[in-house]
Amino acid sequence: MGIDWFPLWLSLRVAVISTAIALALGLWIAYLLANRTFRGKEAVDAAVTLPLVLPPTVLGYYLLVLIGRASPVGKAWETVFGSPLVFTWKAAVIAALLHSLPLLVKSARAALESVDRTYEKAARNLGASEWKLFWRVTLPLARRSIFAATALAFARSLGDFGVTLMVAGNIPGRTQTAAVAIYDAYESGNNTLALGLVLVISFAALAILTVANRVGAR
Amino acid sequence: MIQARLRKTFPPRPDSAGFSLDVEFQAGAGVTVLFGPSGSGKTLTLDSIAGFVRPEEGRILLDDQILFDGAARVHLAPQARNCGYVFQNYALFPHMTLRGNLMFAAERRPRLERHRRVNDLIERFRLQDFAGRRPHEVSGGQRQRCSIARALIGEPKLLLLDEPAQGLDAPLRAELYEILRQVRAEFKTPVLLITHDLEECFELGDEMLILREGKIVQSGTPKKILDQPASLEVARLLGRFNLIPAEIRALDPGRNTSRILIGEHELDGPYFPGHFKGDRVTVCVRPEQLKASGRNGRFGRNQIPAELNRAVEKPEGMRLEFAGGIKVDLSRADYERESGNRDWVIEFPADALRVL
Repeated sequence: MGIDWFPLWLSLRVAVISTAIALALGLWIAYLLANRTFRGKEAVDAAVTLPLVLPPTVLGYYLLVLIGRASPVGKAWETVFGSPLVFTWKAAVIAALLHSLPLLVKSARAALESVDRTYEKAARNLGASEWKLFWRVTLPLARRSIFAATALAFARSLGDFGVTLMVAGNIPGRTQTAAVAIYDAYESGNNTLALGLVLVISFAALAILTVANRVGAR
Repeated sequence: MIQARLRKTFPPRPDSAGFSLDVEFQAGAGVTVLFGPSGSGKTLTLDSIAGFVRPEEGRILLDDQILFDGAARVHLAPQARNCGYVFQNYALFPHMTLRGNLMFAAERRPRLERHRRVNDLIERFRLQDFAGRRPHEVSGGQRQRCSIARALIGEPKLLLLDEPAQGLDAPLRAELYEILRQVRAEFKTPVLLITHDLEECFELGDEMLILREGKIVQSGTPKKILDQPASLEVARLLGRFNLIPAEIRALDPGRNTSRILIGEHELDGPYFPGHFKGDRVTVCVRPEQLKASGRNGRFGRNQIPAELNRAVEKPEGMRLEFAGGIKVDLSRADYERESGNRDWVIEFPADALRVL
């Protein structure tokens, strides 16, 4: 019997989707943090960063409270889509997002803030709207760091374990991601499978980080 | 025509002294130079006009458009002001080609016109061969021309330049002056230019405003300002004068003469309106207005003996530095003739003397 590729495939799908969401949401939050002054700005920054330092169990607990079947969000989801949100692969996406978003917001804010403000002055002087300025000047100038941050976020969401286990569970063939499958395989004594997955995940992460460093440092 | 009256205050902080800008001026066709030391408020003035900075009070009028009015709370966005701005380091977008930079600026013009306008400026600024390259792939002169072309694409009603010659070597500087003269001739756009180089004021400036600590201390044509600095501080800023302490001994308005005492020597000068006998003043005279020669026995009228400290080679000729800090410019030939002397006299032509 060969290796069951489903956990890897699921991890990949979860990582791609959560990174895409993190990129869109993270850029927007980073833009606001970098360009606007509003009350509680640093509090927002701290709140976004919090998942990086909290234990996975704490985050998982919060998430279950927030999107569980008894919560308003969970109920709304169930009414609209006809099935619960928790213990599906979609919950795994949310779990992964919790870690990829802070990475992106932090790096993207720093990247946007490091763009020489003279270029923004020049663009405004030439009649560019704030929208055009962001998409055509600021973002292209910050693109390397943002790409590197995206790669990092992707690598991070590829391997989430704790939160995923709590909100998505460990249902083989449905919500069992690679990280969870490794734990499962190890517990059940299937060392070959555990080692295989460990190596694949390690090499994937290593490759992604190498690319990210190359692009970011250029 | 730009008319500006603006005031902006930065209160003192623990880490910086306070600063307040309080200027009023107008500038029409031609080049108006803002001259002043760093920290005098030149860039702040330019940024207020361009809309990057919001003054507290005042009014900025460009032709008949109000850009800013403190009382009426009008503060147009930079995008709505139509002032071309050439930044100190050009601020060409590094990720776009030169043509891309120009197209970016042309996008607020009607679609059909854009390419024609861009091509027209590429040609006029001799950028045809480099339009496809990025800013870091072209020379400093090409970057400079491109940034000026970019600022002119939208047919601005005013062109602002922030120290465009800063850090340029001599050939590039000459090229810049030529381009700006071309702009003045072909585009009829009033130009406001920041510099702290007096040569540049003469090279380019039709009018000149001298800023010091946020205030305009003198305005006029560069020549007039150099001939008659309004105050000691202006003379110091221009840095081209001998400033010698003196005392007025006699004044005769009828015959338009005066006697002034420098050290222990009395000199003849013109009548100085607004001064009194006994006033302690500063004689303000340029090195090239003085004459120096060897002392043969007695010294004549309006000459004072002086001890030569050193002679410095300058591109234009020789500069002699005498004890007491008096500098005299001499042609090389004159210096050759006089260089055997050990004792010198400096002659102060009566009509060149100004007092402050």
